Amino acid sequence: MASALTVGERRRQRLREHAIEAVLLVAAASSVFVTLAIVAVLVYESLGFFTTVPITEFLFGTTWTPLFANPQYGILPLLGGTLLSTAVALLFVAPIGLVTAIYLSEFASSRVREVIKPILELLSGVPTVVYGFFALLFMTPFLQTFVPDLPGFNILSAGIVIGIMIIPYVASLSEDAMRAVPNNLRDGSLAMGATRLETAFKVVLPAATSGVAAAFILGISRAVGETMIVAIAAGQQPNLTLDPREPAATITAYIVQVALGDLPHGSLAYQTIFAAGLMLLLLTLVFNIAGFWLRHKFREVY
Amino acid sequence: MSIASTMIDERATNRAVDSAFIDRLKRRRRNEVIFICLGLVATSIGLIALALLMIDLAVSGYPRLTADFFTNFPSRRAGQAGILSAWVGSLLVISVTAFIGIPLGVAAGIYLEEYAPKNIWTNIIEINVSNLAGVPSIVFGLLALGLFVYGFGTGRSIFTAGLTLALLILPIIIVSTREAIRAVPWSLREAAYGIGATKWQVTQDHVLPAAIPGVLTGVIIGISRALGETAPLVTIGALSFIAFLPPSPVTTEFPFLSFAWLFEGFTVLPIQAFNWVSRPGHDFHSNAAAAGLVLMAFTLILNGIAIYFRYQLRKKLQW
Repeated sequence: MASALTVGERRRQRLREHAIEAVLLVAAASSVFVTLAIVAVLVYESLGFFTTVPITEFLFGTTWTPLFANPQYGILPLLGGTLLSTAVALLFVAPIGLVTAIYLSEFASSRVREVIKPILELLSGVPTVVYGFFALLFMTPFLQTFVPDLPGFNILSAGIVIGIMIIPYVASLSEDAMRAVPNNLRDGSLAMGATRLETAFKVVLPAATSGVAAAFILGISRAVGETMIVAIAAGQQPNLTLDPREPAATITAYIVQVALGDLPHGSLAYQTIFAAGLMLLLLTLVFNIAGFWLRHKFREVY
Repeated sequence: MSIASTMIDERATNRAVDSAFIDRLKRRRRNEVIFICLGLVATSIGLIALALLMIDLAVSGYPRLTADFFTNFPSRRAGQAGILSAWVGSLLVISVTAFIGIPLGVAAGIYLEEYAPKNIWTNIIEINVSNLAGVPSIVFGLLALGLFVYGFGTGRSIFTAGLTLALLILPIIIVSTREAIRAVPWSLREAAYGIGATKWQVTQDHVLPAAIPGVLTGVIIGISRALGETAPLVTIGALSFIAFLPPSPVTTEFPFLSFAWLFEGFTVLPIQAFNWVSRPGHDFHSNAAAAGLVLMAFTLILNGIAIYFRYQLRKKLQW
């Protein structure tokens, strides 16, 4: 079959190719516009907020009562709540996630791994509102049996349930990182007489450090941005505390609380949720950049 | 000192060393066994948590799962409240999300993997996509509130919600599309180019069909994520007491299709569950559990399908 395309057909085909490429480029660029729009909206509304409230009061004030008659705009209590719930989640998930990852990567048979990993990953598919329900109506009563005087809303149970939610991020991704360590490193260690456990901790884990750290950072970033669990189970009262047994609102819980109240558009209280959102975005951005940097800086090349 | 006694001395030391070594070896082996037990415990904590979660939900929610629960509107009386407006709302919002999010995400993935030149712009887009995946969902809600609800005036509507969730799952779809396309071997493309196909013909007729299972896996996971999202929809002000259905998309008059539903107020399953769980009283909590159960069923089925696809893919993928 000889080339059956006429000059006109060829030109049309070329045009079509260019048009398709342009459409695809626009689709790819749309994600950049989404980011720009997020930053623009948050910064625009926050600027309105910061013309009234000095940024130093926002960053260093220790009282957050924007909806009271005598409003105070110190973000520290909300930031504290966010960091405290994240810390609880991390303390819970770090040993469990790491041991699970090492066990699945170094000790479990491939059949066991093939079954358990997808089930664990289901934990990240559970809707967060269901986790909130679980934290409020199962975890808190359960903890109350051995933590005396634990109030109905508290950071502890919310933090633990967030920890459960991020098990797949931490365990599954750490396991991926450890399995990416080439077998000849393991073989070398085993040939020297090390046990599998010693090989896991002294050879595989150090070699996979960057991947494991990146998995943890992804988990932390998820915990910082988690909304529904804390909004349901941790209480709505801003509370600058280090005691996870107390109730405390987080940045995200505050945004939900205000959004439910339907504040008038353009009011100062309406603008507070954008300032709080900007704070949250910057916080997660720091973690995401740290994770990105770790992955690229310390990528092991064998 | 005779040679013989030196030898005896040496043997004695060796025995001492041996027994110390054997003791250490025993300890090292024991540590390994202890760790394996620890590993089993740690692994089962995640599994037990999942099981407890489902059992807890089923115990308090299952008695409420009657036919009435699916056909009743929410009500002030817990016993008569249902999720009709919620599941219809979820269905409509997800349709909008799928309609916008899937083509946009897949097209972006195709561009980045097949077309994009290696330059700074492509780098920016790639870094941006991975960053966007890490943005908390509630921030997307703030974007929607500031830009769509008040900027573009699309209101607290099904359209706004669907669009917001589409943007939220965009990174998931883009990343999985790229991975699926990257797994298609070059020989396939080269064979098609070799007989004179254009770039789009290669992509459309050979690369995409080969990549479809992987793309679908990502799409399903994205949709299931969107289905369970609550925070961004709370932020744009989805109402939790909706005792009506949006106008039907199919009408009896020409042109038989109506898009009025796009700009109606709405509620969705997770918001209905959130509303019920925030109320005091055991009865409403049972409703929340029942709504959560329905939601879990949907997400688990979707996740199960995705896992099945991935499993099939891994089995079949031997180019």
